[in-house]
Amino acid sequence: MNRTVERHRNILDFALSSLLRRKGKNLSLWVVYTIVVFLIAAIVFYTHALKREAALVLQGAPDMVVQKMVAGRQDLVPVAYAGKIAALRGVSSVRPRCWGYYFDPISGANYTLVASESPSPAPGAVDIGSGVARVLRVGRGDLLPIRSSSGAPMLLTVRKVLPCVSELVAADLIVMSEGDLRDLFRIPRDLATDLAVTVANSDELATLAVKISQRFPDSRPILKSEILRTYDSIFDWRGGMMVVVLAVAVLSFVIFAWDKATGLSAEERKEIGILKSVGWETGDVLLLKFWEGAVISLSAFLCGVVLAYFQVFFLSASLFEPALKGWAVLYPRFRLVPEVDPYQLVVLFFLTVVPYTIATIVPSWRAATVDPDAAMRS
Amino acid sequence: MRKSTVFVLVTAANAILLSIFLLHGKYDRGEAAAARSASAEIVRKLRLTDLCLFTEARYTRHPSMTDFQSPFQDHPLALEHFPSGALVTPPGFRREGP
Amino acid sequence: MIELLRVTKSFHPGKSNQFTALQDVSLTVEPARVTALKGPSGSGKTTLLTLIGCMARPTSGRILLRGAGIRGIPAGAGNGEVEITGLPERFLTGIRRETFGFIFQHFNLVKGITVLENVMLPAYPTGERCGAVSQRAMELLALFNVARHAASRVDRLSGGEAQRVAIARSLINRPSIIVADEPTAHLDTRLSREFMQIVRSLKAEGKTILVASHDPIVYDSPFVDSVVEMRDGRILGGGATP
Ligand SMILES: Nc1ncnc2c1ncn2[C@@H]1O[C@H](COP(=O)(O)OP(=O)(O)OP(=O)(O)O)[C@@H](O)[C@H]1O
Ligand SMILES: [Mg+2]
Repeated sequence: MNRTVERHRNILDFALSSLLRRKGKNLSLWVVYTIVVFLIAAIVFYTHALKREAALVLQGAPDMVVQKMVAGRQDLVPVAYAGKIAALRGVSSVRPRCWGYYFDPISGANYTLVASESPSPAPGAVDIGSGVARVLRVGRGDLLPIRSSSGAPMLLTVRKVLPCVSELVAADLIVMSEGDLRDLFRIPRDLATDLAVTVANSDELATLAVKISQRFPDSRPILKSEILRTYDSIFDWRGGMMVVVLAVAVLSFVIFAWDKATGLSAEERKEIGILKSVGWETGDVLLLKFWEGAVISLSAFLCGVVLAYFQVFFLSASLFEPALKGWAVLYPRFRLVPEVDPYQLVVLFFLTVVPYTIATIVPSWRAATVDPDAAMRS
Repeated sequence: MRKSTVFVLVTAANAILLSIFLLHGKYDRGEAAAARSASAEIVRKLRLTDLCLFTEARYTRHPSMTDFQSPFQDHPLALEHFPSGALVTPPGFRREGP
Repeated sequence: MIELLRVTKSFHPGKSNQFTALQDVSLTVEPARVTALKGPSGSGKTTLLTLIGCMARPTSGRILLRGAGIRGIPAGAGNGEVEITGLPERFLTGIRRETFGFIFQHFNLVKGITVLENVMLPAYPTGERCGAVSQRAMELLALFNVARHAASRVDRLSGGEAQRVAIARSLINRPSIIVADEPTAHLDTRLSREFMQIVRSLKAEGKTILVASHDPIVYDSPFVDSVVEMRDGRILGGGATP
């Protein structure tokens, strides 16, 4: 036992000395390796945490949202539908939702305007998300000028700023009374943006959705499970900028690492011959190569993952900000709750450490099986 | 000190740091839980359906409410306008849906 | 004691380029003696050394190792006598590592690492404690007057220093038999004589030494106990004379 450990340590010693000989080359390889692991791990952490967050936060979303479609586009839904849907068996309540988007030409940002009914702000008063407060530099008690769709300006008073911990869902919200919102967008009283349906038994949701689309062929029910599923598949990796950049980085790294790991120079071949001649077994040489590969890949993996964790959960993925921000003027600031899927870590480990280590061992295999007497005749 | 000792120590330190991070993520989340419940409260009260991640277009602001055509505006082959539209697409299941 | 019985070595047997480098060689090498192999180039000296040193197997014939100094073999395998021709590869490596020390014509030091590490190299896979090995290595380096270079890279050494480092390396596993192939080929006369002094001191310690050389400084040296002359894969004069 002790001898085995000592043998590993001795060979590891030699592997490290051997790596240090080509310090510049191996160090740059390590740096690139770490960056690749870092980028992949950061994206994996970020998206996983975001999905978890969405699943938890959106638990309170409506069981079903019913939209009305006109010529393939969403249109305002008659409030009269609400009564008819509420009459269906299994439906516990139907509330019309009034909401819309407002583009502010001065700040250049899009806001989401929502009518609230339960703790409705008084007419002329609004609650704003902290993102709005940040972009417009307004606070409690300030006036918020909004241009209504008739062109007339509307002055609204900020009643409160929503807590900034809720920025993940509320950064761009302007919450106002239903009357104000209807006035602003000139939405007739008998129409609403869509309907939020609550059901008694969520198992019946699918049946209800079928029933609703039969009763109202121009409607489109969206189930809560679909909403949640949207966030499961939210980061579609097709052609994203970061993914392109990443793919290039990964690819060039693979080529580089492949070249480095597989190309056995005459020098290295000769060295293996020397080792064999002084009494190393084939297994000892392969162990040496294993350690050479493992030292670089294992340390790069650990460093990359630690840095990724730090950057995503302590620095709020600030490096990704430019890519995620896109063209938005209003960019929500939120801190993700640390959520790491051990399975993903294991997969990342097997995708980074194992192939590299194998790529170092395999080419040495042939060289390691040379007869020991070859070194006598070099 | 032997090189192997240095390597083993550095690797162990890294691994320990990673485990501390992971444990920290698992247990120290009082603040996070508060933030989550504040957000969940707003979602419930205002009957929200989406996260506020990208505010530049309605199909990136409310991906679950949008219809399949809207990201492409009029033609499914039209070029995407917003960078985040490349990261966020309407869910694929809408295409086969009823 | 090393005993060779009618050993033949053919390269590429059965092929058109078959070549018999050793033909029917029988030889006895006495323990704690210096034996020199001499002969023209291509006469099979190196081949004979690789066979004795467990680096290659003979095509036919037997090679026996005898004596208490034989280590690295399975316990209870014979009473101090091993026939290395029949052993599996694993044990051959063990014997090569524990019983033989090799000194090569080109020194065969690993470039880029320190002198000390080079000396310790053969001991790494044995799993011996690093501290003990490095202490022994330092002692050997001190013995050969190269201790002050222990921490420098081997590339910086002069030929004679490199030679002495190579000798130190061959002794790190405390072998009982030293095999040297053309050890003086890259040395000038003075360094060659110095090498023979080292050989003498090793002999005084009781090591068996086998040297292949066509350098008269080696085979005409008074420290050499027997000279084996080879030609075309055969031994002239019917073997060793003690
Ligand atoms: N692997 C091999 N395949 C074919 N022939 C070989 C091989 N190794 C050695 N030989 C041949 O065996 C013969 C003996 O070689 P060996 O190296 O033993 O000679 P040597 O006496 O050591 O010569 P030198 O004094 O030049 O070192 C040579 O003719 C050589 O070409
Ligand atoms: Mg030779």
